[in-house]
Amino acid sequence: MEGDVVQMGAYIGAGLACTGMGGAAVGVGHVVGNFLSGALRNPSAAGGQTATMFIGIAFSEALGIFSFLVALLLMFAV
Amino acid sequence: MATETQDTAAQGMELVFHPMDQFIVKPLFGDGPVGMFTVTNVTLWMALAVLATIGLLVLGTSGRSTIPTRIQSIAELFYGFVRKMVEDVAGKDALPYFPYIMTLFVFIVFSNVLGLLPGAFTTTSHIAVTAVLAMAVFLTVTLMGFIKHGLGFLGVFWISAAPLPLRPILAMIEVISYFVRPVSHSIRLAGNMMAGHAVIKVFAAFAPMILIGWIGVLVTPLSIIAITAIYALEVLVAFIQAYVFAILTCVYLKDALHPHH
Amino acid sequence: MATETTAAAEGHVSPLGLEEAGKCVDSHGGAIGMPQLCPEWMGNQIFWLAVTLVVIFFVLSRVALPRIAAILAERQGTITNDIAAAEDLKVKAVEAESAYNKALADARADAQRIIAETKVGIKAELDDALAKADAEISARTAEGEKKIAEIRAGALESVEDVAKDTAQAIVAAMGGKADAKTVNAAVASRVKG
Repeated sequence: MEGDVVQMGAYIGAGLACTGMGGAAVGVGHVVGNFLSGALRNPSAAGGQTATMFIGIAFSEALGIFSFLVALLLMFAV
Repeated sequence: MATETQDTAAQGMELVFHPMDQFIVKPLFGDGPVGMFTVTNVTLWMALAVLATIGLLVLGTSGRSTIPTRIQSIAELFYGFVRKMVEDVAGKDALPYFPYIMTLFVFIVFSNVLGLLPGAFTTTSHIAVTAVLAMAVFLTVTLMGFIKHGLGFLGVFWISAAPLPLRPILAMIEVISYFVRPVSHSIRLAGNMMAGHAVIKVFAAFAPMILIGWIGVLVTPLSIIAITAIYALEVLVAFIQAYVFAILTCVYLKDALHPHH
Repeated sequence: MATETTAAAEGHVSPLGLEEAGKCVDSHGGAIGMPQLCPEWMGNQIFWLAVTLVVIFFVLSRVALPRIAAILAERQGTITNDIAAAEDLKVKAVEAESAYNKALADARADAQRIIAETKVGIKAELDDALAKADAEISARTAEGEKKIAEIRAGALESVEDVAKDTAQAIVAAMGGKADAKTVNAAVASRVKG
């Protein structure tokens, strides 16, 4: 019975952790959207900054992946 | 896992979710325990990645033709892409490290793409693998920074553009973020691959719903469409993650070569 | 089968017991927990990863990358050479064109000169011929005039003869004895007028 409570807590925690992925989605969308609005203002400078955009996406996305990982750990490893 | 799902579904059982079973390391021959030198499915898929590398970059360019064949132009595309990335991001003096970054990029690309084949094992979805890759980058970059600049490499943490009272605080943040680098570097790749494959597997587990009840008429096509869409996304992610891994390596390399921003 | 499924499900939801026993796979080959965290597989993965990376690194740095670099350099060289050759050919074409234009202009000038010379020659010949023809014409005219004058003189004589004869005949007819000498003199004076 005690194990069941632990399981329940783990699953609830996993679900809560998944909300962090939404934050990552917002962040990635923000990065790309701002890149695009800048790129449309000055298309000639956009090509050189694509790498920077991807670095920004990677950093932003990493945190979402962390929360996903926490969810997985709670689901399968706790 | 797939056969198990079919078995249970055909007999009118409930759905079975085993999204993590695809990441199990099994011995290729026999059934014994997995030792350090056992030939496993890891070995198989890494060997396939090596063969794909040789096929594309060695056999594909064996013609050495001035007007490239299709495979040769793909190989040249890889070469030009990574070389330009190293030059643009890390600078000209990072070009001696170009084969190293190319190795990482090519290995990750082929592991990710081969892992997308149905029934394949994705070596890059294991944290052990990506952690080794990321630690290798971290150690190389750190050692190289200290060898090239001595203690001056510590200047990477001391942001001289910031106002003086803020600098110690920023230095602490920089140190922490420096040591988080290998963690995020490795977990980003492994997490992306694992997540995509697990999601595909979860949707795949919904696919036999049509054998269970009338609701399956709705759910099965939806799950198949979802698998297709996620698969397309995963093909994109396979390349983007390899690119991101390589470009972050270049960024770290630039920090080591030019620690004073 | 039903018990198997429950067993597998149990393996998934409560892995604590088995994991403590150091197992990562349950009795049906299903994963317990996250396979990524199974410590007994990590050595294997790291070993094979190291092998793979070393192989790829040597394949790339010894064979593939130098070869591709050589191909690209060779292509760059070929392109540069071709562009240089094209420039050469262009210069040659320009030269050839100017030579052609020069030859054309020369030929035109020659033609003009020849035309002028020929014109002069023809004019001289024509003048010669005209003069000759004029001379001939005037000679013929003179000859003709002479002949006409002779004819005219001849005609006058005849007229005198006829007049003398006629006058003698008339004198005889009128009954006079016509002295030939007198008649002739009279006629001659009359004809002369």
